[in-house]
Amino acid sequence: MNLNALWEYANPKKFIQTTDRVLPWFAGLAAVTLVGGLIWGFFFTPADYRQGSTVKIIYLHVPSALMAINAWLMMLVTSLVWIVRRHHVSALAARAAAPVGMVMTVIALLTGAIWGQPMWGTWWAWDPRLTSFLILFLFYLGYIALWEAIENDDTAADLTSILCLVGSVFALLSRYAVNFWNQGLHQGASLSLDKEENVADVFWYPLLVCMAGFVFLFIALVLMRTRTEIRARRMRALLARERMGV
Amino acid sequence: MIALLLRDIRLAMRAGGGFGLGVSFFLIVVVLVPFGVGPQSVLLAKIAPGMLWLGALLACLLSLDRILALDWEDGSLDLLATSPLPMEGVVSVKALAHWVTTGLPLVAVTPVLGLLLSLPEAGYKWLIISLFVGTPALSVIGTFGAALTVGLKRGGLLLSLLVLPLYVPTLIFGAEVARRGADGFDTTTPLLMLAGITCGTIALLPFASAAVLRVNLR
Amino acid sequence: MMPELGKYAEAVLSSYAVAIVLIVGLITVSVMRSNRVKKELQQIESKVKSNG
Repeated sequence: MNLNALWEYANPKKFIQTTDRVLPWFAGLAAVTLVGGLIWGFFFTPADYRQGSTVKIIYLHVPSALMAINAWLMMLVTSLVWIVRRHHVSALAARAAAPVGMVMTVIALLTGAIWGQPMWGTWWAWDPRLTSFLILFLFYLGYIALWEAIENDDTAADLTSILCLVGSVFALLSRYAVNFWNQGLHQGASLSLDKEENVADVFWYPLLVCMAGFVFLFIALVLMRTRTEIRARRMRALLARERMGV
Repeated sequence: MIALLLRDIRLAMRAGGGFGLGVSFFLIVVVLVPFGVGPQSVLLAKIAPGMLWLGALLACLLSLDRILALDWEDGSLDLLATSPLPMEGVVSVKALAHWVTTGLPLVAVTPVLGLLLSLPEAGYKWLIISLFVGTPALSVIGTFGAALTVGLKRGGLLLSLLVLPLYVPTLIFGAEVARRGADGFDTTTPLLMLAGITCGTIALLPFASAAVLRVNLR
Repeated sequence: MMPELGKYAEAVLSSYAVAIVLIVGLITVSVMRSNRVKKELQQIESKVKSNG
């Protein structure tokens, strides 16, 4: 595909038309994979010999943690697109993704705490990974609060995208700082390509399905929420014009 | 540029906001700590470096909205924007003025407050060094936050929400230097990291602050 | 049908409950806001059209 064609979707009207067709597919895929994956994971996988049945929490914890980070990355990319090419859809997509990412962060933190209680004997430990996620949550809070606080749409888009850029740098810095500050309890990545470290196949396949489910859910939600933001923006514009006209 | 710096410092002193308020707030936080955790000097000595860093950070936060708010209200910010001085220079000078009126006094009173929290003797030197190196970063990051929220009517709380997560790396390394110093360990690595963060923010963040300020002045 | 969860049943069930509640809540809020905004926009657009 020619890359210029991609920018056409940045036209709000075109975006709404296209997503009209695409959205039901993503919603359907999300529903099928998410429900399927979770049922597979919950009902048809054995308990781990060390962790017992708590291993089933992995099907929620890992995908939501993955999406929590990916959502921020997506916001970073769309913010950059807004700054460089000034496509409104891009800024609105970043705005639409933030609450989804925040909920994913909360799910990752909560399921992690519930898992940690029987396994580590504590709900919370100031482990680097846990701490980084808490900091990520704070970044989401600040980002969303800034969007809500500013009335002018373009100003809000500009300021939040710069905040997103600066925040990304500081989030990365915090990640390293936190690593330096405390050695962790948390196990290594479940997703590393190194087969030795990876989780066993019985857990791996349903986990993959669940991750796909979370990705599709994220896409469907962001598309829908972006449509909402586009409509809300158009509504504000119409209302403003009407007020001026009278 | 120097004229602007002198003007800002003079204004901060006259309003009593810079020197007075930040330092008094720092003092009060430190006095409140023993009420919260108990008067045992062993425990206090253990948490003193971290508490002093946290107190300095909060005192710094308190005066951030004054960096730009007054100039925004009386329109002198618009004048500065049209002046030949680039916006990056303006925000850097503002941050420097904030550091001179808030950061430096905080560093200066730390020894006295360390006494109150029975900070171990080895800790004084490193605490002061770490604060001296770290507080410029706090001022520069704070200026960015102030620039983000300058146009808002009730930006104070939002400013804290935005700035505090950005303070995390500085606080971690700064407190680590002070803690290791107090325990008599080697402080080189965290001190270098802290200095790196300070230099990096001073070099790069003014561009972001200036961009934000231009958007807000549009 | 219910799998054997052993002594960790509470942890597993509560984490699933929490996650499902949050996800369903997020979806509900998004859908509701989407529908509301769509309806309001239609109203305004029809009003603007009728005004000429």
